[in-house]
Amino acid sequence: MLQLNHVSKLFHPGSPDEKIALIDVNLDLRPGDFVTVIGSNGAGKSTLMNMISGVLKPDAGEVRIGGHEISHLPEYRRSKWVGRVFQDPMAGTAPHMTIEENLAMAYSRGKTRGLSFGVTSKRRGMFREQLSRLGIGLEGRLKAKVGTLSGGERQALSLLMATFTEPQILLLDEHTAALDPARAELVTRLTQNIVSELKLTTLMVTHNMEQAIRLGNRLIMMDAGRIILDVDDETKRDLTMERLIGEFERISGHKLSDDRVVLGS
Amino acid sequence: MTTQMLGALESGLLYALMALGVYITFRILDFPDLTVDGSFTTGGAIAAVMISGGSSPWIATLAAVLGGLVAGAVTGLLHTKGKINGLLSGILMMIALYSINMRIMGKPNISLLGENTVFNSIAPLILMPIIVVIVKVLLDLFLRTDLGLALRATGDNQRMIRSFGTHTDNTIILGLSISNGLVALSGALIAQQSGFADISSGIGMIVIGLASVIIGEAIFGARTVFFATLAAVLGSIVYRVVVALALRIDWLEPTDLKLITAVIVVIALVVPSARRTWKQKSLARIRSEEMISMPDRKQVGGGL
Repeated sequence: MLQLNHVSKLFHPGSPDEKIALIDVNLDLRPGDFVTVIGSNGAGKSTLMNMISGVLKPDAGEVRIGGHEISHLPEYRRSKWVGRVFQDPMAGTAPHMTIEENLAMAYSRGKTRGLSFGVTSKRRGMFREQLSRLGIGLEGRLKAKVGTLSGGERQALSLLMATFTEPQILLLDEHTAALDPARAELVTRLTQNIVSELKLTTLMVTHNMEQAIRLGNRLIMMDAGRIILDVDDETKRDLTMERLIGEFERISGHKLSDDRVVLGS
Repeated sequence: MTTQMLGALESGLLYALMALGVYITFRILDFPDLTVDGSFTTGGAIAAVMISGGSSPWIATLAAVLGGLVAGAVTGLLHTKGKINGLLSGILMMIALYSINMRIMGKPNISLLGENTVFNSIAPLILMPIIVVIVKVLLDLFLRTDLGLALRATGDNQRMIRSFGTHTDNTIILGLSISNGLVALSGALIAQQSGFADISSGIGMIVIGLASVIIGEAIFGARTVFFATLAAVLGSIVYRVVVALALRIDWLEPTDLKLITAVIVVIALVVPSARRTWKQKSLARIRSEEMISMPDRKQVGGGL
């Protein structure tokens, strides 16, 4: 479904700040895979996400989705296949527009936008039904401006907007990190439900080790621009946090340093 | 007095189209577009040259709109493809348009007295409300389409709408184009109503547009697109009424008008934000006092 072949990316080439962001990364996701990604600061997790969504283009190597070579397509042309939720709850929605207008824009993902109305009564019914699945009462507030919602509500809405058109790839970039524990837990639960129900091929960056082990059917660990550990479903079930950290230190030769890493919640 | 007020209403409606254009760039795209000062004159210039050349005033007006659309699109291209700062793209285009307008007109002033204009058969006070209502309704409808939503999101959260597959360069160019098309339409109609086109007629137009949009919002509110466009139109009329009243004051000269306009815009920009800051502060103080007086209450609010 998603393939990265020998992907490399260098930041600030030739300058004193030159930094390897990704080096010779290979990754192959099967349809329906739910992969959690962990790693220390600057390991290349976000670059990996940006490489798939098209915000960044690889210096070498290729990115393929469902067989299409997409390495050189800009972000707006990849959105047909890729849904994304950002860490910042403000990033995934338009604050001065209403909930239904935001959903209408998400609904037209990757399609040519023409002069038909964004919110029709038929679509509105569908939006209401989708919102009710979140179970947080947004279905009764279709005409509320998104800027009036709380961070948790906005992130739940972002998640719905990223997924309800069933993209081939779902990218979750620490999407619960900016929320307080209770709201993070709710958004995590919604993520689990939606991903398993729609069988979305998902890549989720997290700094919550416990979450990385608990969710999904595969776990990859990154360090210094490489994937240093790839844990399959079976092994992952018996994985503990201590073993994961031990494994990281053994392979990378240094301590897992992420000032935000959370061992559990 | 009544004649003056009717005159203010008439010019308010004529300039309302320009205010709607400024609303699109300033409020929707969040792009301060100074092209307006040039494209307003372009509209008048094209209409005047064509009408005095014997063209139908309606076709001349349409051609003026096309000229504005192109001018706006060029500003958009400078900003998006040329990666030039938005404010500077507009200024560059405004300066360039001065020479272009001079080329179009051939001389600094073209008289339309005795020519056949759109207002010959229908009085401005009858024709203008019809045109303004049509433009306002069409704009409202457009802003509710898939494309219109993408345009609004471009000004609201560019990163978000890109992740949903909109090429924001295109929406910015489109918005600037429509905006300057409306500005040129306003310029073309004003030239016909006043009986001349002048090379300097667009100077300070952007500030008048901003004043109309801001005054309208302050008085009539802008909760939805419908009210925001209505506010731009009414703001334009209120602005002309204020100007008419100001000119009745003895010690004010007509040339003081631009200063008055600038002062109105400054007041309208400063007062709401100062009021908001003050409200926030007093609310924060009240809330913290509440919290202190109720120590066992953990947190108010909660939920999701």
